[in-house]
Amino acid sequence: MSSVWMVLTAICLLGLSGAPGCLLSCRSSAGQRVATLLMAIGGVLGVVGVGTSLGGGSETSLSVPWFLPWGRFAVGIDALAAVFLVPVFIVPVLGSIYGLGYWSQPEHPDNGRRLGVSYGLLAGSMALVVIARDGALFLIAWEVMALAAYFAATAEEHENADVRRAGWVYLIATHIGTLCLLAMFALWRSETGSFALAPALVMSSEVAGTIFVLGLIGFGCKAGLMPLHVWLPGAHANAPSHVSAVMSGVMLKMGIYGIVRITALLPVGPTWWGGVLLAVGAVTGVAGIAYAIGQHDIKRLLAYSSIENVGIIAMGLGLALLGRAQGRGDLVLLGLAGALLHVWNHSLFKSLLFFNAGAIIHATHTREMDRMGGLAKRMPWCAALFAVGAVAICALPPLNGFASEWLMYVGLFRSLSSGGEVAMAAVALATIGALAVACFVQVLGTVYLGEPRSDAGDHAYDPQASMIGPMVVLACGCAAVGVFPMMAAPLLERATQDWMDLSGPVPAIEALAPLRWITVMGLSFVGLIGAAVLAWKMLSRSRTIGTTGTWDCGYAQPTARMQYTGSSFGDTLVGLFAFILWPKKYWPEVRGVLARRSRFRSVVPDAILDRLVVPAFDLVGKYLPRLRMLQQGQTQVYVLYVLAIVIVLYMWGAIGA
Amino acid sequence: MTHQLNALLMVVLAINLFALGTSRILALIRIVAFQGAVLAILPLLVHQHLNAAAAVVVLLTIALKGFAIPAIMIRALRDAQIKREIEPLVGFLPSIILGALGTAFSLLFAGQLPLAAQHSGSLLVPTSIATVLTGFILLTTRYKALTQVVGYLVLENGIFVFGMLLIESMPLVVEMGVLLDLFVGIFVICIITNHINRAFSSMDTRRLVTLKE
Repeated sequence: MSSVWMVLTAICLLGLSGAPGCLLSCRSSAGQRVATLLMAIGGVLGVVGVGTSLGGGSETSLSVPWFLPWGRFAVGIDALAAVFLVPVFIVPVLGSIYGLGYWSQPEHPDNGRRLGVSYGLLAGSMALVVIARDGALFLIAWEVMALAAYFAATAEEHENADVRRAGWVYLIATHIGTLCLLAMFALWRSETGSFALAPALVMSSEVAGTIFVLGLIGFGCKAGLMPLHVWLPGAHANAPSHVSAVMSGVMLKMGIYGIVRITALLPVGPTWWGGVLLAVGAVTGVAGIAYAIGQHDIKRLLAYSSIENVGIIAMGLGLALLGRAQGRGDLVLLGLAGALLHVWNHSLFKSLLFFNAGAIIHATHTREMDRMGGLAKRMPWCAALFAVGAVAICALPPLNGFASEWLMYVGLFRSLSSGGEVAMAAVALATIGALAVACFVQVLGTVYLGEPRSDAGDHAYDPQASMIGPMVVLACGCAAVGVFPMMAAPLLERATQDWMDLSGPVPAIEALAPLRWITVMGLSFVGLIGAAVLAWKMLSRSRTIGTTGTWDCGYAQPTARMQYTGSSFGDTLVGLFAFILWPKKYWPEVRGVLARRSRFRSVVPDAILDRLVVPAFDLVGKYLPRLRMLQQGQTQVYVLYVLAIVIVLYMWGAIGA
Repeated sequence: MTHQLNALLMVVLAINLFALGTSRILALIRIVAFQGAVLAILPLLVHQHLNAAAAVVVLLTIALKGFAIPAIMIRALRDAQIKREIEPLVGFLPSIILGALGTAFSLLFAGQLPLAAQHSGSLLVPTSIATVLTGFILLTTRYKALTQVVGYLVLENGIFVFGMLLIESMPLVVEMGVLLDLFVGIFVICIITNHINRAFSSMDTRRLVTLKE
C-alpha cells in the first residue's frame, strides 16, 4: 500500500471509530473498546504511512475529480504535513485509551456514544485538514473538525449550563473564523483560477496581503491568538479532559498549520507580515501566561497556558516570515524549526498536563485548585508525571520545551545583526518563560504539595493503569525530544525546505544551533540529579524521620485552610499585570463591633470576552430584534414587499440608465 | 387587427376596475373568469401564423380559466359559506381610485419603454402592467383567502398579456405549462382554504399570523 493510501485508510479508521459503538448497548464498554482499538490501528497505520512518505519512493499525493462542481479530491503529504500529522495520529489515540478509564461508557450511558463518535470524527478530520491540497476539501474537513470538536466538548451539555454557554461561544467564534477562511479561499480562487493549494508564483502584493490577513484572522481564531482566543478557556475547561487534551494539544495546531501552509503558498511577502505575527505572538504569549496565573480553575489555567504556547509558536513563525522577507535563510530555519518543534512539544506536554488534570478532577471532584492540595502523597504517579509536564512546559532543561524555545532564542539573537527591533522579542520570550515557571510552581504547590483542603482530596488515589499509561508515554516523549532533539532535525529541515525553497545551500540546524550540546547537557543534568538523589537516599537511610505539623509554631490547632492558596501565591503577579488582567476582588464587609460573616472572592475574568465581546453581542441582541417587525406574518404584507422591491429595482434601473 | 386587440384590452382594463370595486366574492370570481376567457382569445388576434396547436391552446385556456378554475373556487366558496369581503384594508372606492391611478401610470410608463415597432400602437404593455398592479392591490388589501386567490389569478392574467409580446418566439407549450401550474396551484389553494376555514373557523388570512414563528 502506498503511503497516501495508508494515511487515507487511517483517517477513515479514526473518523469512523465511534460508529460501531452506536450499534452496541449504551451500558456496556464494548463499543468504547472497539473504538479505542480502531483508533489504535488507525494511529499506527497513519504513523507508518507518514514514515514511508518521508522515506521516499512511495506515492504521497492523490488527485481525483469528485462529486462537487468545484475543486478536486486532492491530498498530499509533504514534510510540512508530516510534522503536523504525527501529533494528530498519536495524541487522540492516547486520549482514547485514557478515556476508557476517565469517561467509561457504563458510567456515562447518556453521552458516551456521542462523545465516541465526535471524538473519532475530530481526529479523522484533523488529519484530513493537514493533507488536503484543495481549498474546497480543506474547508469541508475544517468544518467537520469544528463541529466534531463542538459535539465532543459539549458532551455534558444536558447536565451543565456552563458547558452549553462555552459551547455556544466556541461555535460562534469558530464560524467567524470559518467566514474569514471562506473569503480567503474565494479570493485565492479568483486570483489563481482554482481552489488547488499550489504555490502561487505571481500575485499582486495587495491581494497577497489581504489573503494573509484573512488567513491570520481565520486561522488565528482556531489557534487562539489574542484577541481571538475568547472561546478557548471556556471550551477547554468544560470539555472532558481527554477532549481538552486533543483540542489544546492538536486542534489549536491546525490553526497554526493553516498559517504555515498559506504563507508557504503565497509569494514572499513584505516584512510587516513577520512583524505582525511576531508582535501578536509576543502579546498572546505574555498576556496568556499572565491570565493563567490569575485562574483558580486548573483546566482554565491550562487553557490559558495553551494560548501562551500558541503565542510562542506564532513568534517563531513571525521570525521565519521576517527571515524570508529579508532573505535570511538562518532566521527562516531557526524560526520555523523552533515553531514546528514547539508544535510537537506542546502537543506532548499539554496533553500530559490535561490528562493529569483529568485524573486530579476524577479524584477530587472539583476543578478549583484552592480546594485541592496534598495530592503528591496520595497520587505519587500523577505527581511525578505532572512535575515532568510542568518542567517541560516551563522550557527548563533537560525536557523538550527547552529545545524548541532555544532554537527561537538563537534565531532571535542572530537577527541582531540586522537590527535590534526583532531581538526585543527575545525579551518577551524570556518574560513568558519566567512567568510560566511561576505559574506552574503555583499549580504544583497548590495541588500536589501541602495538606489536603477537602475530604475528597484526602481520599484521593492514583487512577487506573489505562489512565496512567498514556501519561507515561507522553512523559517519555517529552524526555526523548528534550534529550535527543537532533533526531527531529532532518524532518524539520525538510519541512523548512517545503515551506520555502531556500536559494543556495541549506544551512543545517546543527551548524546554527548545536543541538548535540543539549544532549550532552541534558544527560549530564539527569546524571547529576540521579547522583544527588542517590546520595541523599544513602545519607538519609540511617536517619529517623519524624512527623510534625507544618505550621507547628505556636498554633494549637493548625488547619489545612491556613496554607498559602494558589490565588495568594499568584496575587503579586496578578497585581503587576492588573493593567491587562483587570482582576476583580470582592472584599469582605467588616463593620460594627461584632462583624457579620462575610466572604472574600477574587476572579480574573477574560477581559476581551466579558468586557468587549459579551457587551457587543448584548447590544446586537438589544437592537437587531427591531428588524423582526419586518416579519409580520401577514401574506398581504409580504406581497407588498415584493411589489416594493420591484419598484425599487425599476427605480434603480431607471437611475442606472 | 390592432383595433380589435385594443378593444379587447380595454375590456380587460374595465374588468380590472370592476374587480377592485366589488365586495361580493361570487361576482369577483365570475368577472375574473370572464377576464381570463377574454384574454384567451388574444393569441388568435396577435399570432401571425395560426395553426391547430394554437387553437387547441386557446380552447384549453378558455376551458380552464373560464370554467374549471371558477368552478373549483365557487365550490370552495359554497363550502366556506361566505359571500362578501368585509372590511378590506383599503376600501372599495379607494381601491378603484388606486387602480385607475395605476392604469394611468402604466399608460404613461409604457410610452417611455423602447418597444418593437409592431407593438407601438397596441395597449398590450400598459394593460399588462395595469393588470399586474391590480393583482397586487387585491393581494395586499384583501383578507379573505379566496379573494387572495383571485388576486393571484389577476396577477397571472397580467403576466399572460405580457407574454403576448413574445408569442412569436415563445412556444405555446410554455404557456400550457404555466396554465397547468396555475390550475394545480388554485386547486391546492382551494383545498387549503377549506382547511384554514376548518382550523380557524374563519377565512381571514390575518389569523395565519399565529403561525409566523
